[in-house]
Amino acid sequence: MKKFLSIALALVLMAGVFAACGDKPESGGTTDPTPPASSSAAGDTIKIAIIGCHTGEYAQYGLGVKNGATLYIDQLNASGGINGKQVEIVAYDNKADNQEAINAFNRAVDQDGITALIGDVLTGNTIAVGGEAYKINMPMITASATAEAVTYDAETDTVYANIFRTCFIDPFQGEKMANYASEKLGAKTAAIIYETGNDYSVGVKDAFIATCSALGIEIVSEEGYATGDVDFKSQLTTIASKNPDVVFCPNYYEDDGLIVTQAREVGVDAVFMGADGMSGVSGYASAADAEGTLYCSGYAPGSTDAVKAFEAAYTEKYSAETLNMFAATAYDAAMVLCNALQVAEEAGLTAGTDEYKQAVIDAIRDKSGELECITSNGYTFDAHNNPVKDACIMKVVEGTETFVENY
Amino acid sequence: MKRNQMLIPMPLRYLINAVLFAAFLWIMNSLITGGAISRYHSGIISSIGISIILAVSLNMATGYLGQLPLGHAGFMALGAYTSALIMKSAAAAKGLESALGASYAAYFFPAALVAGGLAAALFALLIGMPALRLRGDYLAILTLGFGEIIRVVLLNIDNVLGFKLTNGAAGLQKIPTTTTFLFTFIFVGITCFVIHTMMKSRHGRAILSIRENEIAAESCGISTTYYKTLGFVVSAFFAGIAGGLYAGNVGILNPSSFGFMKSIEILVMVVLGGMGSMLGSVLSASVLTALPELLRSFAENRMVVYSLVLVIVMIFKPTGLMGTYDFSLNGLLDKLILKLKGGNARFQKGGPDE
Repeated sequence: MKKFLSIALALVLMAGVFAACGDKPESGGTTDPTPPASSSAAGDTIKIAIIGCHTGEYAQYGLGVKNGATLYIDQLNASGGINGKQVEIVAYDNKADNQEAINAFNRAVDQDGITALIGDVLTGNTIAVGGEAYKINMPMITASATAEAVTYDAETDTVYANIFRTCFIDPFQGEKMANYASEKLGAKTAAIIYETGNDYSVGVKDAFIATCSALGIEIVSEEGYATGDVDFKSQLTTIASKNPDVVFCPNYYEDDGLIVTQAREVGVDAVFMGADGMSGVSGYASAADAEGTLYCSGYAPGSTDAVKAFEAAYTEKYSAETLNMFAATAYDAAMVLCNALQVAEEAGLTAGTDEYKQAVIDAIRDKSGELECITSNGYTFDAHNNPVKDACIMKVVEGTETFVENY
Repeated sequence: MKRNQMLIPMPLRYLINAVLFAAFLWIMNSLITGGAISRYHSGIISSIGISIILAVSLNMATGYLGQLPLGHAGFMALGAYTSALIMKSAAAAKGLESALGASYAAYFFPAALVAGGLAAALFALLIGMPALRLRGDYLAILTLGFGEIIRVVLLNIDNVLGFKLTNGAAGLQKIPTTTTFLFTFIFVGITCFVIHTMMKSRHGRAILSIRENEIAAESCGISTTYYKTLGFVVSAFFAGIAGGLYAGNVGILNPSSFGFMKSIEILVMVVLGGMGSMLGSVLSASVLTALPELLRSFAENRMVVYSLVLVIVMIFKPTGLMGTYDFSLNGLLDKLILKLKGGNARFQKGGPDE
């Protein structure tokens, strides 16, 4: 019996190999239920892909992006789509892995025949996918990848003209927060605690330090920690002994929550500041510990009527847990992209052709200024394809993250 | 024993395999360049090739040598960064492209891969020499630590050096994507060939004897430290080559891609396929690389299916799918010839030599 089972299993697995190897592409198509028989993009629908990390540690970002963009596209489809054509979404999970991200993108292009991409979510994945997308000039708009290198290669001075984003870049956030600390909080000294294994943390931190030195804020302590650390007390004790005015922690929300909690235990009473990765921190630290913590965000819950309408529609369809800043920027990204697709459609171009892709790219760059988006009144893009927009300053007050002002 | 008698002479046996493999390469390559296999599928096939090299090379240390290295991803990372840095500087040297033409990468890539392999082998030698003098689990702990050290060094070395080498957490970007199907599978062939012939040689027998009983092997006059180090270094060398191919396939390297879980992933391939079976390693590396892609349509549930397959196999076949069985095409042909020779082949058991 066991022997029979093991042989059966071996056969099943081997069948898997041959189907996947693509020895026979036609059988590869039939074993897989999702990809439709035709891979051409023409027809009654316009296909776009949403790729991101929908599972794992950073799923909150990936799902927010997926839901936010899907929400807009569903609304658009309900109101007639683009010139009568429905927009169809293919959504793939990349498990926050570069190789998986590239596989998912290639699948979307080759099997599904997409005309544009919303994604990727994490910076490293987006750079990996961006490299592939640049080769074929595929219009791509990310709602969450904030590193400068996503749209611009400093080594060769190349701008990736096909890649856009609706979130800020890392240096922009570091600059904003340093300016805010100096101007609004009157800070003279600052300490930093950041994740050394995280390019997002390092990018924001570097810009913060550069702006601080220009503004005359003294960095009294710069502490790093490794990815996965949960005990930050040795670093925080050092910071406590320097007694800084503000502590800047440009990390993701889970770590920031632990850091704030432990900092209060070792006697750090400074104001904590962070960047948009801190969004959601109130779920990971007690109200008393996190009180007064500030971060900048591309999105403030309940700040305007447009935002309120978006939130109502979002929570009606999806869980409120994934309603974060990236859900809002993804909604904007979908709006910017669909507007550009409409321009290309109206020009009478055929989906999938080089002219079509170029028309979409041009339209994203030039025709997004008038859109009534929810996190910004229109998007304009600078020479490096980075959006020019305001930041919302957010503050934790009695355990809830509240909007302070647009700065 | 008559049963193991070889009816096909030795050089011919290699020739048959070589011709078949070359035919496989040629057919697949013309399918890919001809566009019959899409970029998506050929990308996955390349990933499968890389996984095969990783699993087969780890099988050398785990299955044949009987050690338990837990830092295979560390050696992979060394190879990946070494060859990526070489390819990046080759791409930056503009003169090369004009001198050698647009295909200059084809000249440099194999050299870069071998350099990556050598870098991994060097470090394997350095940590293997002290660790493999000892018996037991020391190598597991040591390689576990080593893999983590490599990852942390790659993350932070820029701060120490004061210039950009690995580009830290942001990752080494814009690596020329030179990995093709042909490159990958030529190296798959080389890996399998070298490890197979090595295991059939005197060195390989010595390595197997260490797995079976280290004390007995030593009492027979086998230098256990030498052979353990040899097996370990060869294993690391091919892991380095696989790393180089990975770098050329993805185009961006983050130290986080080479964490402990990556080492475990490779180990799972070896254990699932059967420790000590090259065929098992090849099969399970192929399946475990392709499976998550096949299950992509199941989205969130695919990791559950993947885990279930592992659990079921381990319950019903704890030695792995193939155990220690290894497939030999020529062995099969031998049997076929015996059968064709007619019923009397059966009665020739213990019969006269030819």
